[in-house]
Amino acid sequence: MSVPRYWREEKSRYRLVGEECTKCGAKYYPKTPVCGCGSTEFKPYKLAEKGKVLSWTVIRNAPLGYERFVPYIVALLELDDGIRLLSQVVDVEPEAVKAGMKVEFTLRKVTEDGQAGLIQYGYKFRPIVD
Amino acid sequence: MRRVAVAGIGFTKVGEHWDRNFKELFAEATLAALKDANHMEIDQLYVANMMGAHLQGQLSMGAITAEAIGKPGLPAVRIEAGQASGGVAFHEAFKAVASGINDWVLVGGVEKMSDLLPEAVTSALAGAEEQDYTAYTGVTKTGLSAILHRLYSHEFGATPEEIGWFAARSHDNAVGVAHAQYPFKLSIERVMTSPMEADPIRMMECAAVADGAAAVLLGPADKIEAGIEITASTVATDHLSIAARKHPLTLEAVKKAATKAYEIAKVEPRDIDVLEVTDDTTIDGVLSLEDLDFFEKGMGAKLVAQGATTRTGEIPTNNFGGLKARGNPVGATGLYQIAETVLQLRGKAGSNQIPEAKIGMAQSMAGVGSTCAVTILRRV
Amino acid sequence: MKTLIRVGIVGYGAYVPMYRLKAAEVNRMWSASGEPVEEKAVVALDEDTITIAVECARLAVKRSGVDPTRIGAVYVGTESKPYAVKPSGTIVAEVIGATPSVSTADYEFACKAGTEAMQTCIGLVGSGMQKYAMGIGADTAQGKPADALEYTAACGGAAYLFGPAEESVAELEASYSFVTDTPDFWRRPKEMYPRHGNRFTGEPAYFKHIIGAGNALLAETGYKPTDFKWAVFHQPNAKFPINVAKMLGFDMDQINPGLVSPVVGNTYSGSSPLGLAATLDVAESGDKIFMVSYGSGSGSDAFVWKVREPIKHRRSGPKVKSFIDRKRYIDYATYLRHRGQIIA
Repeated sequence: MSVPRYWREEKSRYRLVGEECTKCGAKYYPKTPVCGCGSTEFKPYKLAEKGKVLSWTVIRNAPLGYERFVPYIVALLELDDGIRLLSQVVDVEPEAVKAGMKVEFTLRKVTEDGQAGLIQYGYKFRPIVD
Repeated sequence: MRRVAVAGIGFTKVGEHWDRNFKELFAEATLAALKDANHMEIDQLYVANMMGAHLQGQLSMGAITAEAIGKPGLPAVRIEAGQASGGVAFHEAFKAVASGINDWVLVGGVEKMSDLLPEAVTSALAGAEEQDYTAYTGVTKTGLSAILHRLYSHEFGATPEEIGWFAARSHDNAVGVAHAQYPFKLSIERVMTSPMEADPIRMMECAAVADGAAAVLLGPADKIEAGIEITASTVATDHLSIAARKHPLTLEAVKKAATKAYEIAKVEPRDIDVLEVTDDTTIDGVLSLEDLDFFEKGMGAKLVAQGATTRTGEIPTNNFGGLKARGNPVGATGLYQIAETVLQLRGKAGSNQIPEAKIGMAQSMAGVGSTCAVTILRRV
Repeated sequence: MKTLIRVGIVGYGAYVPMYRLKAAEVNRMWSASGEPVEEKAVVALDEDTITIAVECARLAVKRSGVDPTRIGAVYVGTESKPYAVKPSGTIVAEVIGATPSVSTADYEFACKAGTEAMQTCIGLVGSGMQKYAMGIGADTAQGKPADALEYTAACGGAAYLFGPAEESVAELEASYSFVTDTPDFWRRPKEMYPRHGNRFTGEPAYFKHIIGAGNALLAETGYKPTDFKWAVFHQPNAKFPINVAKMLGFDMDQINPGLVSPVVGNTYSGSSPLGLAATLDVAESGDKIFMVSYGSGSGSDAFVWKVREPIKHRRSGPKVKSFIDRKRYIDYATYLRHRGQIIA
């Protein structure tokens, strides 16, 4: 587990901020060094915090560091601004997830480096609480 | 550019080789290929391996495998392209001979997955995905395929059972195959009642952890008697994340590599007699068939269920069991596909022979289509 | 205590996680028959005090309309810090976008760490040092198995963004802090669960300090209980806040909207802040709210809030009731899993 690597992604994960190419307007999340149009000039772009579920799976055999959360849902989301994102969906039972379900950003624990290591947080999405 | 042909092939049985390390597996396959070719001299070695660094902590695979086959000093390098390492390493070997820079090039793939616990292997496989925003969600490779599986059903109306047939079809072809990991039939009932792996994909729809090695010796076509010629070898990539793709149910890397390969080889899908596709899960196999242009988008699952890919179907596919039944020692798989295609084209496929096989295609794919290598071979 | 510059709450947000453990289920486990509350709120597997504080802070910032770069302090009061050393506040500040021009620290004073954080923020804004400052009370309190407090130790919180009174939804008229060294409840560093003095936590602790702070503030302001529309007291269970309200001269109608402990449990540092949020959710301009927290060790912070016109337009999004109504019951084993009490 790399502290600098986690720290570099904090603002992007905590605030759901990606970037927009100033030349062609293409949006990227996460940010990327070179746009598909060849430009290297970008400005920050804040993603919509609400969206809907396009498709999902239920992870029952987790990779290292995620075992204690099983079973958990990972979905392909389409945010209200059209940007798509892969994210866990929480606060809902796997059987209750439906295509088109409306969800919103929440910050949650993602994994931790054991009892003594850094706790890693990140975005997840949950059914909207009104 | 000169014409390239396969001089020899070799492979180990796929399975859990507890008592053998990757060097020993690699040596068995490569020596068999050199023996099959009746030619011992090689001037370049490519080793296809995806996870040796994770599983065995081993880098410098090129130098280590050159030494393992008794040839320290041989130019050698590992080619890694996720689960497409086999097909992509083959492509590099093809280029080396086609360009005239090398004459006899040995390309061998090896993977020893049984060395670590399943969750460590799952993590290593997820290494092929983007780490900070895809793998960080805790999704696995199978999970990503499962997201596409569900989207496919939703969009095209294919039932999970229709998609599940891919596994049953692959298993039908593994019966009696000496080198297969699971050389037995698997009924659709068993597939569909197996436990969920990553909903909606079930355990029996997924290739298992496997060890194995497969190798091919390539050389100039005009120097190889009764060689099998490589008429096209292409590679393409795509956005790593399915979230970045406009149409997630279309594997653009497969489409691009296939279109270019058909163009170079001057053939169409209906000219292909035998086909090997990547079915590490059923839906991967279905989408591959569609994006290789054998079936219309959305029709693949139904057609597989109806028998279009069986020995007597329109396009005999995964003729020794595919990734599901012959097995999927990841980095080596692309070379198993090529070696099996060569057996078919030579007429040496035994009870698995597809009659009059003249042109074959092998598709090696990483993740959910981040990299794809397509090879077309022809009996000369 | 009064400030030089008039201070008020410019935005507030609260959060309660969705899982619930019924007292009946605790009784089933231990063959017991207590019911200090009906049920309590339990975190999801991936929630902790920091994620709860973030939920509250984000909602408070959103409702306030304040540019987060202008928030000059984020103080988090809790007794269940995810890190013994590393402030929860830095993560909250980073998420809401208050960094880097911000002051942050975590506060501990058992259940009144949240209101201590609020007092400090009132001081920062009231002195002119900061224009906006946020105080948060949040906890994922540890309940010892088979102990009386297992029924009530719960998870939740609320955040208050303070700023100029003219921009606020509720102005602070005055506050008071009443503290003595009264060891009714504590936790040593390497212990998983706190210890408490059982009945000692009542009269010499909870009641003495709330009544002490409450009466002192009433005296200082010259108010009578009947001058207040609403009252909020620290809620370790259902009975104590009802009793202390009566003892101070407040009635059930005044404390009802803010009395969430029967269905949420004791959210410790979040307790009276959550009660205040539930009250603000229904309050109207001109209402006065009397609030007294309690933290073991011991002490109480008392506040007089006067609700202002902007409240009508600054409580969009989920109210406390939305979070209370969003629930899923879990059994005792699942509860242990969620609270990290299964050795694995």
